[in-house]
Amino acid sequence: MKKGSVKWTRKDLLGIEELSPEEIRMVLEAAAKFREVLTRSIPKVPTLRGRTIANLFCEPSTRTRSSFELAAKRLSADTLSIAASSSSFLKGETLKDTARNIEAMKVDMIIMRHTCAGAPHFLSRCVDASVVNAGDGAHEHPTQALLDVFTLEETIGKLKGAKVSIIGDISHSRVARSNIWALTKLGAEVTVCGPKTLLPAEIEKMGVRVTTDITEAVKGADALNVLRIQLERQNRNLFPSIREYVRYYGINTELLGKYARKKIVIMHPGPINRGVELSQDVADSEFSVVLDQVTNGVAIRMAVLFLLLSKGKQSGE
Amino acid sequence: MNLKLKSRVLDAEGIKRTIQRIAHEIIEKNQGVKDLVVIGIRLRGAFLAERVADSLKAIEGKKVPVGALDITLYRDDLTEVAEQPLVHSTEIDFDITGKKIILVDDVLYTGRTVRCALDELIDFGRPANIQLAVLIDRGHRELPIRPDFVGKNIPTAKNESVEVRLKETDDSEEVVILVEKQGREE
Repeated sequence: MKKGSVKWTRKDLLGIEELSPEEIRMVLEAAAKFREVLTRSIPKVPTLRGRTIANLFCEPSTRTRSSFELAAKRLSADTLSIAASSSSFLKGETLKDTARNIEAMKVDMIIMRHTCAGAPHFLSRCVDASVVNAGDGAHEHPTQALLDVFTLEETIGKLKGAKVSIIGDISHSRVARSNIWALTKLGAEVTVCGPKTLLPAEIEKMGVRVTTDITEAVKGADALNVLRIQLERQNRNLFPSIREYVRYYGINTELLGKYARKKIVIMHPGPINRGVELSQDVADSEFSVVLDQVTNGVAIRMAVLFLLLSKGKQSGE
Repeated sequence: MNLKLKSRVLDAEGIKRTIQRIAHEIIEKNQGVKDLVVIGIRLRGAFLAERVADSLKAIEGKKVPVGALDITLYRDDLTEVAEQPLVHSTEIDFDITGKKIILVDDVLYTGRTVRCALDELIDFGRPANIQLAVLIDRGHRELPIRPDFVGKNIPTAKNESVEVRLKETDDSEEVVILVEKQGREE
């Protein structure tokens, strides 16, 4: 109708890799509007009234699940939550059967977290409902990346040419992968940093700089996105000890004081291991935007739900 | 859809005079501008709201608060619109509770936009009353909604469309009636 407006055509949001920079922009722009909605005295709009959204979480999550649920409620959609631990997965029902049963109850969208990479992609081929990937294995976590770039742009301005370092366990991190896609698509210069054992082979092919030296990652960076060290992986001997990791890769005031820019931004997708990847004082410092990330997460997810569900009936035009 | 110009109903000067008249009527009806706020419906209603507020100031010497309302999230036809609706921001940075709201839009047609706007305003607070001011009323209401202040009544057919063009967003400043082109030789 109006010139210059891009159209959202996707049924699903499965990853950042397949999105164009314009599509990412669309989500960010819509999210800015929804942030305003969240500040109203009645922070709720009737947009998705009558729509039903199912949360299907086959892996523990507090933040992401409540964020999606709240986003749906702020848009007046009805939600239902299915946790793997209490569902018929335990009785041996297949993913496909579970999903098709959910869909048979007239659900418009399934938000899914799964331990296996590609599970949401599989699901999206089985059902007509929209599917949103809320984290699949070590593959992608698109809404996290979107809220990260949204928070970053809000703090440091346009990302073109901005220097962002992602620090920690890159190998096992879907947050890292989605972030790299989103940041590079928007023109940021990305550095990944961690011990060699936690850096995937050929990661530089994603268009990032790779270093094992934390001072290299901190110097000149506009922002650090610090990933959670998954303590449960420690028994797999990927690094000698937590203490050693803290010593070489932990972000603390001393390190920042020595090497960082004055106005560096510290991000963390949560949950934080205080005293491991982030020291106590850095986690609570003025540089930390961790709680803004959480607030923005609701706005980003509202934008995603809105774009996917208001896509319009595909009339024969 | 192919549209061609049928007639021009207001020019720049005409729009200006009409806004001034509406401002006078608002003041007359409300006996001044006490507790008045002006809120325009995006896109063009928001620009008109600014102009109405400027006119009120020119007459009464007092600037009233101005806001802009985006009704996309309140629409009842979200699933029917073929194009992706763009969400613009609503900007009402004052409390509307107890205020007399002048709701401004460019063209009043079915009344559905106004219904959305009323729903949204009520979610922002409890105003003393809401009065509707429109530049053009073209008829064909589908809901029991009527304007309090009308710039110009233009009887139209449903295959016609009324376009308000404002210099803030368009190349010209005028109100025109467009009609569907008949025949297919072109």
